[in-house]
Formats: sequence, structure tokens, C-alpha cells
Amino acid sequence: MEKILDRLQGLGVLALNVFGRLGRGSLFLFHTLVIMPQLWRRPGLVVRQIYSVGVLTLLIILVSGLFVGMVLGLQGYTTLVDFGAQESLGVVVSLSLVRELGPVVTALLFAGRAGSALTAEIGLMKATEQLSGMEMMAVDPYRQVFAPRFLAGFIAMPILAAIFSAVGVIGGYVVGVDMLGVDFGAFWSQMQAKVDFHEDVMNGVVKSLVFGLVCVWIALYEGYDATPTADGVSRATTRTVVHSSLAVLGLDFVLTALMFGDL
Amino acid sequence: MPSNKGDEVLVKIRGLRFFRGSLPIADGVDMDIRRGKVTAIMGPSGTGKTTLLKLIGGQLYPDAGEVLVDGKNIHTLSRKELYALRRRMGMLFQSGALLTDLDVFENVAFPIREHMTLPESMLRTLVLMKLESVGLRGARDLMPSELSGGMARRVALARAIALDPMMVMYDEPFTGQDPISMGVLVQLIRRLNDALGLTSIVVSHDVKETLSIADYVYVLSRGKVMGQGSPEELRKTDSEWLKQFLQGLPDGPVPFHYPGPDYFDDLINQDVDSHAS
Ligand SMILES: Nc1ncnc2c1ncn2[C@@H]1O[C@H](COP(=O)(O)OP(=O)(O)OP(=O)(O)O)[C@@H](O)[C@H]1O
Ligand SMILES: [Mg+2]
Repeated sequence: MEKILDRLQGLGVLALNVFGRLGRGSLFLFHTLVIMPQLWRRPGLVVRQIYSVGVLTLLIILVSGLFVGMVLGLQGYTTLVDFGAQESLGVVVSLSLVRELGPVVTALLFAGRAGSALTAEIGLMKATEQLSGMEMMAVDPYRQVFAPRFLAGFIAMPILAAIFSAVGVIGGYVVGVDMLGVDFGAFWSQMQAKVDFHEDVMNGVVKSLVFGLVCVWIALYEGYDATPTADGVSRATTRTVVHSSLAVLGLDFVLTALMFGDL
Repeated sequence: MPSNKGDEVLVKIRGLRFFRGSLPIADGVDMDIRRGKVTAIMGPSGTGKTTLLKLIGGQLYPDAGEVLVDGKNIHTLSRKELYALRRRMGMLFQSGALLTDLDVFENVAFPIREHMTLPESMLRTLVLMKLESVGLRGARDLMPSELSGGMARRVALARAIALDPMMVMYDEPFTGQDPISMGVLVQLIRRLNDALGLTSIVVSHDVKETLSIADYVYVLSRGKVMGQGSPEELRKTDSEWLKQFLQGLPDGPVPFHYPGPDYFDDLINQDVDSHAS
């Protein structure tokens, strides 16, 4: 009896914690969004963040995109060649990238590279009282720190995903056309004919916008909510990567079902 | 009760109660911080002096009681009004709280850039003047990570006074300073206060220095005001508690040690606890 009660109590505490965090996280998001219009007067803040969030993630995106595209080219070719359909390699590679791998892998890499850095930075700013210090100087940390980073992540994500897909297509081309001998014209013309701008490209962009929002939201909130110690910040950083990755993969299923599926 | 001349009170604290868990930080505290004066707040480490400053700055909310700053209850102000009031308050954080991605110059320039539109040349003059007054004009290009603890605090001090506020709260301004910088800072705080007509709140453990510049002193412990008065009144006090605290004597009613068994017994009885073997 005691034990059951203990369990129930534990469950209740857990539920309260989860809902408490969700509530505080939503409030945090709300505050950040409300203050967003004030950034018009300070574009410099956003530009600097786009640089540190976006440009510094670029290298890992380029390299990963190239390799993912090359693997797609290789795998696609070995499957398609059995049906004599290797001419369609361009379609296979580009659709996989634009619809799925571009947004998803970019978001996962973003969470690992930029998200973790954001959490650590903000957690440390909290631990060293920089956020309190700003408040006492009558500078709103939401406007100065959170909103610019949020906007930067939101803008950077679709661009990074587009770059990932573009580089991936080049990777697929190099393997398929240059190394495995798929016809040059067929590769590009089939791709052009079969990849629809609205159906495929725009849906990919919508996905990466959603992923961008979720990834920066998690990263910023984890930093903001971190226990202000070395240990607390390191745990928050880990949580950012784990939670963002899970959220991205879960949301990807939901979005795919809504966009392409007839569930 | 405070009976000095200059009856204008800038910060009026009434019946303030604030608890950290079961630990009393303020348990019915009344205080008057007078305009144009240097008011010192002293007390043993961990009594809640920093917390009190955060309550005055409106960063923490009390369980009961009120804090009136310039006639306004700081805890019921809207965000906008609160920020407007904070522009006129400077605060030196115990940790410095410098922005780590900006160099010394930009740290001091930060509040000026945020709240005023000055031509760059004027801003430069202003920042260099503030840095000169804390003796760190030559360190303007260093990053916060390249500063010593004492230097960082002096930069933070320059930043706290950058906007020429009506009130400055100094949290442990003397900690980590060598005797010379200490003397300069003590004089600086007094001089700023008198020349600019500021109101200063100084939190410090350095009894001699603090008493030498303070107009009025509050001594806090365990959430209560243990003593108050001008430095002369405090020096002449006959409260054992205050005497021991001000003179830094090891024995008396103020405990230095965490509660435990008798020292002698503890040494003799090798087998009383797990640290015996
Ligand atoms: N965020 C917090 N959560 C819980 N307790 C806290 C927190 N911050 C401070 N405390 C507790 O409140 C008490 C007062 O802390 P505070 O920093 O105000 O002391 P202080 O008087 O400034 O001490 P010092 O002279 O050492 O700076 C301490 O005992 C501390 O344990
Ligand atoms: Mg303190």
C-alpha cells in the first residue's frame, strides 16, 4: 500500500514537473515573440546571431550534405539498376533530399552544433549573472539576447536545409553520372520534370521552418532554465540535443503524414 | 530611529519579509535610505545582503512588506515603469557580471549605447572618463576573461556609474582590491556621492573602510536589523553583538562556527563519528 502510494506520488510529481516546464517554456516563447517587433530597430543584433548560428554551422552542413548525397546516389543506383531505371536516379536523390533528408538531417546537425552552443552560452550568461546585470541596466534580455537568437535560428534553418539539399544533389550527381555512368541529360531533365515546386520544395521549406522554431526554442529555453552551475549547464546542453532530436524526428512523421500521406 | 537631518528618503523599506525555504533573509525589516547619503549595509556572510539589494532592484519579489523607491512601490510597477526606474539605478554586482563577449570599453559603453544616442566621440570621452576614475583606462581593450577579479569589479563599477544614476548599489566593492585600489575606491565612492549628488548603498564586510565613508549603517543578521546608526553611534554601542561584529573578535554572541559537538571532546573521542578511523 505504502509503495503504491509512493509510486502514485512520484508519478504526480513527474507530471507536475513536465507540465510546469511546458507552461514556463510556452511563456518564454510568448515573451520572445512579443518582443520580436522591436528588433526592427536593431538589425545588427540579428545579423550577428545569424553569423554565429548559421555561418558557423555551414561547414558541417556542406560536408554532411555532400556525403549523404553520394550515399543516396550509390544506394539509389544499385536499386534502380535492377529495374533498368537508373535514369531516374536524379529524381530519387533530389526527392529524398528535398522532402526528407535535407530538413531532417540539417535540423539534427543544427541541434548538435548550434543548439548546444546556444544553450551553453545562455546557461553561462545566467550563471555569471549577465542576464541579471542586463535587467538591472534596464536592458531586456528577451530583446537583447533571446529574440535575436530565436529569429536568427528561424531564418538560418531553411537556408541551411536548402544548401544541404543542393550540395546533396551535387554529391548524387558526382557518384551517379561521373562514376557510375548514368546519362547526364536524363539525370537533370527527369529531376526537373518530377520535382514539383509546391508539392516538394515548399513542403520541405515548411518542415525546416517548423524544425528551426522547435530547435531554437528548446535550445534557448534549456539555457534559460538551466541550473546556474557547471554541472547544470552541461546537463542542459545534453537535454537540448536529445530533446531537439526527438522532437524533430517525431514532428517529421506528423508533418510528412499531413503533407504527403493519406493517413 | 534615524533622526538625521535631510529628511528625504529615497528608498523606504517597510515590514519586508523574504524567505529562502525556511531561511529568513528579511523578517520584518524596516530601512530608510536617505537621498544624497552613503548608507552601508553590513552583516555576516550569507545573511542576505545581496538578496536585499535584489529586492530593492525589483529582481526578487518579497513575501510581504514593501519597498518604495523614489515614492514608487517597486514590486507593483509595470515592466515599463520598472525599467524606467532602473535606468536611474546603477548596480555593481558581487560577481561583476560583465558581458563576456564585449571588451572593457564596450562593457562600460553598453548602458550608454542602450539608453542614449550620443555621437561616437562623446561616447568615447565619457567611457574613458569613467574608466580613468577606476584606474583602468589603459585596460580598455582587454576582454573580461583577461581581467583579474579586482579589475573586473572596478570595470563593473565604472559601468554602474556610466549613466550618472540617482542611486548606486555597490555589492562588496572592496573585495579583492589591493590596499591602494581599496583606498582609491573608498574615496571614489564618497566623491561620486558628493559631487554628483548620488545616493549610495554600500554592502561590505570591510568594517574600517565602510565606517570611514558611511553616513548611516545598518547591520543585518538572520533577517533582522541588529543595529543601526551613524558610524560614531555604532562605535560607541554597548551591544555585545555589534561590538564583536565590528571589531571582528572571534569570541562572543556572533557564532563563527557551524553548530557541532564541543571541540575538545571531538578531538579526544576518536570513535564518535565516521571520520574517526
Ligand atoms: N537562488 C537561491 N536559492 C536558494 N537560496 C539562496 C539563493 N541565493 C542565495 N540563497 C541563500 O540566501 C542566503 C543569502 O544569500 P546572499 O547571497 O544574499 O548572502 P550575502 O549576505 O550577500 O552573503 P555574502 O556576504 O557572502 O555575499 C544564503 O544563505 C544562500 O544560501
Ligand atoms: Mg553577497
